[in-house]
Amino acid sequence: MKRKAIIKLENVSFSYNKGDFLNNINLTIYEKDFLGIIGPNGGGKTTLIKLIMGLLKPDEGKISLFGSTSKASRESIGYLSQFKNIDFEFPITAMEIVLLSRVGRKLFKRFNSQDMAAAEAAIKSMGIWALRDKTLNELSGGEKQRIFIARALANNPKVLILDEPLTNLDFHIQEELYKILKQLNKEIAIVIVDHDLQMVSKYSKEIVCVNKCKMHAIKYHDANSLRAGLESHV
Amino acid sequence: MMQIHSERGWNLMFEALQYQFFQNALIIAVLASLASGMIGTYIVIKRMSLISGAIAHAAFGGLGISYFLNSNPLIGGIIFSLLSAVSIAVFRKGARVDTLLSFMWATGMALGLVFIFLTPGYATDLFTYLFGNILLVSRADLIMILILDIVILSTIILMFNSFLSVSFDEEFSESRNTNVTLVNIVLFSLIALTIVATIRVVGIVLMIAILTIPAATAQLFFKTVKRIMVGSSIITLLAVVSGLYISYYLDFATGPIIVLIIALIYVLSLVISGLRTQKVPKVSCEDNDFVFMEVRE
Repeated sequence: MKRKAIIKLENVSFSYNKGDFLNNINLTIYEKDFLGIIGPNGGGKTTLIKLIMGLLKPDEGKISLFGSTSKASRESIGYLSQFKNIDFEFPITAMEIVLLSRVGRKLFKRFNSQDMAAAEAAIKSMGIWALRDKTLNELSGGEKQRIFIARALANNPKVLILDEPLTNLDFHIQEELYKILKQLNKEIAIVIVDHDLQMVSKYSKEIVCVNKCKMHAIKYHDANSLRAGLESHV
Repeated sequence: MMQIHSERGWNLMFEALQYQFFQNALIIAVLASLASGMIGTYIVIKRMSLISGAIAHAAFGGLGISYFLNSNPLIGGIIFSLLSAVSIAVFRKGARVDTLLSFMWATGMALGLVFIFLTPGYATDLFTYLFGNILLVSRADLIMILILDIVILSTIILMFNSFLSVSFDEEFSESRNTNVTLVNIVLFSLIALTIVATIRVVGIVLMIAILTIPAATAQLFFKTVKRIMVGSSIITLLAVVSGLYISYYLDFATGPIIVLIIALIYVLSLVISGLRTQKVPKVSCEDNDFVFMEVRE
């Protein structure tokens, strides 16, 4: 059975200040994929994600989500950005963080019982319902990460895109989160940017390596063949 | 002896109340405290003190021009502060935002000063706009501030969730197709209107204090935005009303007194919250209901 393509990048180029950054990228992500994105720092992993999310505009090429190029289609993506833009001292509870993901386009949004139910389901699916009234700065690193994944899940996305969600988390928590993602992958596609080759190769089905102008899909059977594949490309 | 003292205190309190100007001042105190307490909360949690400072000083330019043209200074203040707020909301992501803020800050101030100097009999009024004197508020000012307050408070109530979402995480809000620029334009415009509503109380130069310190104080004790807003409004109201009385009896401009009271409350709160956190032991991992599952190889 042929799988349906959900995210498609065709000949996409992007540069910040006239210098080539991402050049002529082609990438197709299918439903129920578990795609790992790796590459050196400054190689363009986050840029690639932001292009997909429509947070950056490509200079050339076409990006379609679920067969459409309209901005509305990105609402079917659960997005988890890097933590560096988040102010952890912001006075907000875990429940509020997840609920706010349902504000969307409505300027005068009031939360109804549907919103509450969706937030509750998302938080429960991450096993942290008991922490819902804790404020952000009262949560540990792993708990924070779960809340942000719950936020990304609260709108029933068809794909979850996570940009380095595991930075600064210890090994056990990383493994735990990967298991959760694996579980979610039964229903939805997962795209994850990660530094940890060992971990990402253990769980993902495919890996692409992004390094500025070049992008490679790497086929592998285990960590060793992945490493060999990487060395031949990077 | 005590009785006589307190009786005299009550008398002093009511004596002031019989004057119309004092009643006006009290009403403005309530209105300004509500607006600045709530908007100040956004300024503190979104770390926008410099932006607010720039808007306040830009407002002074419009104020001066209005004053020179012999119309109500607050109208010029509203126009200039709104213009600067909107341009900051639109251009703030650019590389030169720092320059933009400094430009508005100094140019607005210079423009205001030039026009006030050009107007005969400037001296006392200049002092009032720069440092505030709530005891010199006219009936027209009061009505205008009342209208500003209604606009500010009802917009906050209507757009509370949009404001919170965009303040917390702009990038995520954008990925959910929230109109981030529009929400910011509205929020920054409310900051502008709050500044105009507060000019009479503390003046342009001391504005930053009333917009940020009460909210920062409330944040020491409360952990959600709604509660910080209420706490911050109450702290501001306490400071403004007590400052009002002290200024009245000392025959002194209200602005500096109010700011000193706000600062005093902040310092005391820092000490109290410092003592409190020392007493309460930190929550340990075991106290959380959630415990990570053991990982087995």
